[in-house]
Amino acid sequence: MTTLVIADHDNDLLKSSTLNAVTAAKEIGEDIEILIAGKDCNSVAQDAARVSGISKVIVADHMCYEHQLPESVAPLVTQVARTHSYILAAATTTGKNLLPRVAALLDVAQISDIVEVLSEDTFMRPIYAGNAMATVQSSDPVKVITVRTTAFSEAEVTGNATIEPIDYIVEQNLSVFVSEILSQSERPELTAASIVISGGRGMQDGENFVLLEKVADKLGAAIGASRAAVDAGFVPNDYQVGQTGKIVAPDLYIAVGISGAIQHLAGMKDSKIIVAINKDEEAPIFQVADYGLVANLFDVLPELEEAL
Amino acid sequence: MKILVGIKRVVDANVKVRVKPDNTGVDLTNAKMAINPFCEIAVEEAIRMKEAGAADEIIAVSIGPQRCQEQIRTALALGADRGILVESEEQIEPLTVAKILQSIVEREQIDLVILGKLSIDTDNNQVGQMLGALCNFPQGTFACSAELEDGKIRVSREVDGGEQTVLLSLPAIVTTDLRLNEPRYASLPNIMKAKKKPIDIITATDLEVEIKSGLKTLGIAPPEERAAGVKVESVAELIDKLRTEAKVI
Repeated sequence: MTTLVIADHDNDLLKSSTLNAVTAAKEIGEDIEILIAGKDCNSVAQDAARVSGISKVIVADHMCYEHQLPESVAPLVTQVARTHSYILAAATTTGKNLLPRVAALLDVAQISDIVEVLSEDTFMRPIYAGNAMATVQSSDPVKVITVRTTAFSEAEVTGNATIEPIDYIVEQNLSVFVSEILSQSERPELTAASIVISGGRGMQDGENFVLLEKVADKLGAAIGASRAAVDAGFVPNDYQVGQTGKIVAPDLYIAVGISGAIQHLAGMKDSKIIVAINKDEEAPIFQVADYGLVANLFDVLPELEEAL
Repeated sequence: MKILVGIKRVVDANVKVRVKPDNTGVDLTNAKMAINPFCEIAVEEAIRMKEAGAADEIIAVSIGPQRCQEQIRTALALGADRGILVESEEQIEPLTVAKILQSIVEREQIDLVILGKLSIDTDNNQVGQMLGALCNFPQGTFACSAELEDGKIRVSREVDGGEQTVLLSLPAIVTTDLRLNEPRYASLPNIMKAKKKPIDIITATDLEVEIKSGLKTLGIAPPEERAAGVKVESVAELIDKLRTEAKVI
């Protein structure tokens, strides 16, 4: 009953989403191993070895895994996971790209985005943008699962697992990595921040996001946006919070000029405290807000910055 | 070049669904149904490739009950050339959907498959990746741009930290994200013309695919509702509440 957790990393650091996946794995069973596929990823292996409750860190360090393309990594996972009953990954874009490919190679179902482990074969997951929760039971010999990170706490890092390199190379000529443009920001990462402040269509244009940034700087908050704001070109897509963007659940979520479409609520309604600032008092966002302020955001944001 | 696009019939994105009182599913009685928004983007992308002279034929496939023909007709009105309905009254899991598509890809000698990254009902985000594995094709998931070039396709993908670009050899799978394009509306003459375009109606058995299920849904429950909050009158009151009541700042 061993579980293999696929590490989310950038060849340098182990991402905290892996720690959330490990916590989900612990709720399934005690015997957990981590697989790292990357290149020159020794520091990631060191990080992973410190995760509590891990018996072994398996490291496939080779050029073919540098960009973790699923055409290479999926066959690697099926090779490594021959004795594992569970394969888990965080439901990040990397995990979501990889695990269905793994599941199909193993001829089993994949269970997406679980938010609760009910028993060793039964899990809960949101459907219809979180408007319904499905309880699903798997009869497959290997259960391949992605984990919604906001639903599980981060595992502690007080462990000391053994690191075991493996020599397994997947040469493939199907896909080639070309380039990557990653957003540079001094602010905390959206999915890991304890405070998130998001802007919607009410921000009117991208330049007005400066008003949000000033408040974010005072609070140490990450900045998010609704799909409407992304579609309007105010901010890049990786700011998007919602069903099709990022799922966040910070201690404090401040929605500014966001009406609260179902798809946006799907991405943030598990936040501990929700604040809504909107001049339209009928906006659906107020139905999920703990504190609502009906006011013009262009008055409120400078005032907030001043007062904090 | 032949393009296959997948079309799923789902509840309209603006409908707020409710769970049935007996917790067996969601109540879709009289709900407005539509093409899954991501599938619509897939159709649009295929049409643009055909308009650019890069594709010869677009086949739109849907899997589900008879009524899915409505969504296939919409795709035909938008510009797909012909449709295939793989008829089934059962709920089909992503792996079986991928096997059905694999069989069609092989029979039709498809060069490029464009699918939505997920459907807004089951929120699985699996079929494209699974089809990639079954066909041993490369996959460009969550695409925000896709350009054909000399036997290959260059796909930029929405990833958590920004954007990643990969070059895939054809045949390949692309799954669409929202920014890939803005789908057009079907014109009335094209809606009329679409009525004459052919739709093949077949079953999974015709494609020699066994409908298998690895998952059993034990129940569907409504999510926990948040308790109603309070309105505050001023920024000062808001900050005070956040500090002393909620203790989050």
